Amino acid sequence: MRLYALAVYAFLYLPIGIIALFSFSAGRNASQMQGFSTQWYGRALSNPFVIDALKTSAGIALTSAVLASVFGTLAALALSGMKGRWRALFDALIYIAVMIPGIVIGIATLIALVTVFNALNPWLAAATGWQLSMGAGSLVAAHGLFTMSLVIILVRARIEGMDRALIEASSDLGAGPLATFRQVTLPLLAPAILAGFLLSFTFSFDDFIIAFFVAGSETTLPIYIFSSIRRGVTPEINAIGTMVMAASLLMLVIAQLTLRRGGTPKDQ
Amino acid sequence: MTYATGHHTVSAGAAIAEFVNTSKRYGEVLAADRLNLRIEKGEFLSFLGPSGCGKTTALRMLAGFETPTEGTILIDGRELAAEPAYRRPVNMVFQHYALFPHMTVAENVAYGLRQRRPKMAKAEIATRVAKALDTVRLGEFGPRRIWQMSGGQQQRVALARAIVNEPKILLLDEPMAALDAKLRAEMQMELLSLQRSLGITFILVTHDQQEALSMSDRICIMGKGRIMQIGTPRELYDLPANRYVADFVGRANILPARVRTASEGRAQVELSGGLAVEVTAPFVPTPGAAVEVAVRPEALRLALAPEPGVPALAATVTHMTFFGEHIEYLLAHPVLGAVQVMLPRQAERALPGAGVGARLHILWDPGSGLVLGQD
Ligand SMILES: Nc1ncnc2c1ncn2[C@@H]1O[C@H](COP(=O)(O)OP(=O)(O)OP(=O)(O)O)[C@@H](O)[C@H]1O
Ligand SMILES: [Mg+2]
Repeated sequence: MRLYALAVYAFLYLPIGIIALFSFSAGRNASQMQGFSTQWYGRALSNPFVIDALKTSAGIALTSAVLASVFGTLAALALSGMKGRWRALFDALIYIAVMIPGIVIGIATLIALVTVFNALNPWLAAATGWQLSMGAGSLVAAHGLFTMSLVIILVRARIEGMDRALIEASSDLGAGPLATFRQVTLPLLAPAILAGFLLSFTFSFDDFIIAFFVAGSETTLPIYIFSSIRRGVTPEINAIGTMVMAASLLMLVIAQLTLRRGGTPKDQ
Repeated sequence: MTYATGHHTVSAGAAIAEFVNTSKRYGEVLAADRLNLRIEKGEFLSFLGPSGCGKTTALRMLAGFETPTEGTILIDGRELAAEPAYRRPVNMVFQHYALFPHMTVAENVAYGLRQRRPKMAKAEIATRVAKALDTVRLGEFGPRRIWQMSGGQQQRVALARAIVNEPKILLLDEPMAALDAKLRAEMQMELLSLQRSLGITFILVTHDQQEALSMSDRICIMGKGRIMQIGTPRELYDLPANRYVADFVGRANILPARVRTASEGRAQVELSGGLAVEVTAPFVPTPGAAVEVAVRPEALRLALAPEPGVPALAATVTHMTFFGEHIEYLLAHPVLGAVQVMLPRQAERALPGAGVGARLHILWDPGSGLVLGQD
């Protein structure tokens, strides 16, 4: 049993470890370790295409994560105000949204956007001479929409765990609904919202599948990596991959920590 | 007019709050059923009743968390039934305190003052917070986090957070329920002296009758959403209006009887089994009517032989429990069934050998017990 578990972990993490290791190779071959150097990191960070793709990815991740956090929080608040069957239905839909494979979401979003664009574009072209097309906008929309369900789940859990009497206490002490929201509800939900934001950012930053379908002419970092692999793998790819992975892990750890720290006072 | 309450004197006529035919319905459940109650300025009033009788509902309607389905509520002469909680001059101490976990103790206490419009000066807020914390003996604890405070301390923070606003009425929903017995007794004393020194009207919800009896100027006994009786602790204990109150406040033997003659204050009744006794009558019952008579266990006496001129019931001791300063007897009477009698230790000494199985006489002194009205 232990051996089996060990094998599973090795299978999962060995390739990742090897990529990280090979990114420090001094040689030109991406699948061999030849000496030690950090030259490939330098190469990657001075490659204008990489920097461009990185900027695009970061911009899209930031925008979609902000949108997902704001609208996800609002949706979670609205959901917690609903009752009975409708609430159960929407809860189920949100969990389903998280579990649907990326490729399905990618294709579905693509079809949906193309349909909408085709319907609107003749109109827009006539009116403004400008047309809708795939690009940063469709990426932000697709990522924002998908990651919104992550935010909703996290914030909903936090709302459920919150003592309703706190809201009443605030009202009792003279705070109107808006003041209560600002001074009590929002600060108490903040850890969940922040965690949702970080997860959304990470998801969008790392996503290849959905982006592949809806990116249009935009090149995000994962898309850049994919296309450069087709041109031949260099340890530079390993270096980029390792950096992306490190950044993502860092975000996830921070998300976990905020969620846990936010929970302490109530657990006591 | 004033009435003495045993604790202190409250001048009647100055109602700080009033329920006028107030009802609250949750679907099928009638949680409050036509409540009519005047709460006097400066009094300590308790809502007492078993679980689910609507105490919290009544309190929450005063606080503004629930809107009455029918009737209305006046606070300080203004009709407030539709006024939201944040515009009412009342503050509440919640059962589980509901302290804000993301704020320090001082920030919690300052919360109400910070909501004031026009804004209150920071220095003024700080002064008042410090004073409120001193009042509840938490002067040093301002910078602490809520979760670094013990249960009893949290309760004091909740109290300080409410009284710092100088509300017209302070509402307390079972504030001592989560404390252990010793701490509870301590808090009861503190709460009482706080109320006396601040002069704020306190309304306490509790299902602990000792708590209600010992602290309140008046008690409002509730049952099934209705007010069963309102009165001072002594009135409720000595003159319960009906079976429900007699049963709920203290203990009572409730016996079926028939009225023979009745006059103002007194009635001659015949207990089932034929014994005629003289009881107190808060109202004049109709001669010949079937009524219920309540008599407190400590109002009855026990003797080895009947005394001339005192009506007596012959009964057999079935249980006897020793409590130190008093002894409780349970006796079986062939017609009336079980009868409780409580004797002080001193009186027990006059009954040598009267253990379980002994045949004793229950002596009913004239005026003991009273005729109960309908629920
Ligand atoms: N929000 C609500 N929705 C539906 N029914 C309610 C609601 N709040 C109270 N009730 C019902 O109204 C009745 C009175 O409840 P309330 O909380 O006032 O009782 P209580 O006297 O405070 O009892 P306890 O001593 O257990 O706190 C109960 O039957 C309760 O089930
Ligand atoms: Mg209650």
